[in-house]
Amino acid sequence: MNQSQFEQAYRPEWQRFGQLLAILEKKSGAARKDPPRDNTVAAAEFPARYRRICNHYGLARTRHYSPALVDQLHALVLRGHRQLYKKKSNGLWTLINFVARIFPRTLRQNSRMFWLALALFCGPAVAVGIATYHDPLLIYSLMGEGQVLAMESMYSPENPKTGRTRERDAESDFTMFGFYILNNISIGFRSFAGGIIFGIGTVFLLVFNGLMIGGVAGHLSHAPYMVKFWPFVCGHGAFELTALVICGAAGLILGQSLIRPGRYRRVAVLRRRAPTALVLVMGAALMLVAAAFVEAFWSSSAFPPQVKFAVAAGNWLLVILYLLLAGRNTGES
Amino acid sequence: MQSPPVTSPPLDTIAHYETPEGVELSFAVAGPVVRAAAWGIDLAVRLVGYFLLALLTALLGGVGTSLMLIGIFLLEWFYPVFFEVHNGMTPGKKALGLQVVHDDGTPLAWSSALLRNLLRSVDFLPFLNMAGLVTMLLNPQFKRLGDLAAGTLVVYVNDEVKEFKIPDHPPLPPPEPIRISEQRIILNFCERADRLSRERCHELAALLASLTGTDVPVRRLMAFGNWFLKGKGGS
Repeated sequence: MNQSQFEQAYRPEWQRFGQLLAILEKKSGAARKDPPRDNTVAAAEFPARYRRICNHYGLARTRHYSPALVDQLHALVLRGHRQLYKKKSNGLWTLINFVARIFPRTLRQNSRMFWLALALFCGPAVAVGIATYHDPLLIYSLMGEGQVLAMESMYSPENPKTGRTRERDAESDFTMFGFYILNNISIGFRSFAGGIIFGIGTVFLLVFNGLMIGGVAGHLSHAPYMVKFWPFVCGHGAFELTALVICGAAGLILGQSLIRPGRYRRVAVLRRRAPTALVLVMGAALMLVAAAFVEAFWSSSAFPPQVKFAVAAGNWLLVILYLLLAGRNTGES
Repeated sequence: MQSPPVTSPPLDTIAHYETPEGVELSFAVAGPVVRAAAWGIDLAVRLVGYFLLALLTALLGGVGTSLMLIGIFLLEWFYPVFFEVHNGMTPGKKALGLQVVHDDGTPLAWSSALLRNLLRSVDFLPFLNMAGLVTMLLNPQFKRLGDLAAGTLVVYVNDEVKEFKIPDHPPLPPPEPIRISEQRIILNFCERADRLSRERCHELAALLASLTGTDVPVRRLMAFGNWFLKGKGGS
């Protein structure tokens, strides 16, 4: 069969396939104007026709038909391929399923990385915390004088709005909510992304944050700050610290896949493990949104410390039970 | 997009993917320069976004500041994610005819878009996307770290369907047997002839003097092209 006979025989099929593609490629908004029947018919007819076009494209190439014809068929195959193999998601249900099952389940499946991240964070935090508790001056080897002063004034009993520097005094809880979102989730994302430098970035940020948080906690565990500091931080700590460690665990997964790829290529292992790590980061980001909410609207409120501690205990219990138990049933994943 | 190679893989920036149906798709991968330009455009768009955000939220007091901070967060991390999930093109990429796709050519899913853009923060290190640039130059498909982890490619979009018509001409068999790959070159010439100037056509056709003679080389090639296309009958 020569090229012109080939074209004559099959051009109607190509045109029909082009029409089907045009129907299927319309975004859902525009598609509503068409009768819905059109779309279903197109979807039913599509796969068989797509296979025919693939066949024609293969023939045109092996028979060395003219480049323009081959290109034209290639374009049709590419568009068809994109339609047939595109990944679909149905927004809200995916999100609910993610929070209720996938995130906690994925975390439990990668618990070794979680414990490692926790150790990298808590080890320095506890060590420096104890050290600065016994020698409050040690804080000055971690941060500058200005930072220490700002920290002290935030948790000073004279500060009417605990947890905020004097310049931020007048700002409302809402503003702080936005600030915590921007600041904390960015830190979480960076801890994760740093994992792709063979884990170095993640380890650095986990240890660094551990040192800072431990140092501040140890330093502020003395009068007069103590009465303000712990009631303020305990409420959101459950979400915030856990989420930061989970972001670290996600980064360590990236690092591990590059450091110990086993018998595969590093890039292949990275690609296979990265979606798992992403699940952890996204879950942690949602936890950080919760943390920001609690920190902005609850931690800064004027309830007595007993109430604050009780709620904090509830928060910790909630987080631990959620991460341990949610999604344990073997239902739909 | 150039047609795929006939024999050995050429030294170029075409990425290939074999579909489950057993045919090969090819993508023209975008290089660092055009991608840097797209990034620059996106940066400008984002700066305008920050500016408008600041302007709008300044009217709202404390809640406004909060919205501004959240807006900065979203623009910084999710601006490319939003566009790339929508159609694979941020405004910068769209302006330059680029598109992000999976390695197999399918449209980007949420997870891939999120991965490649969260890792952007490392690609940016230590300044101005240096890590990303070095990674791109170290692999044949110009992938930065985010692309490697997410399994994505940045390719040129090729929407226009070229409708080349080979001019009708009484077919004529070539004086000597011509290999099928060479026939293809002659067909390609015939298809592109009306885009070239007459002088250039003549110049190109005259290169094959042994085949076409020197008096009317272009018409001879057209005749051969029609012969390959339609055979003796000219139907």
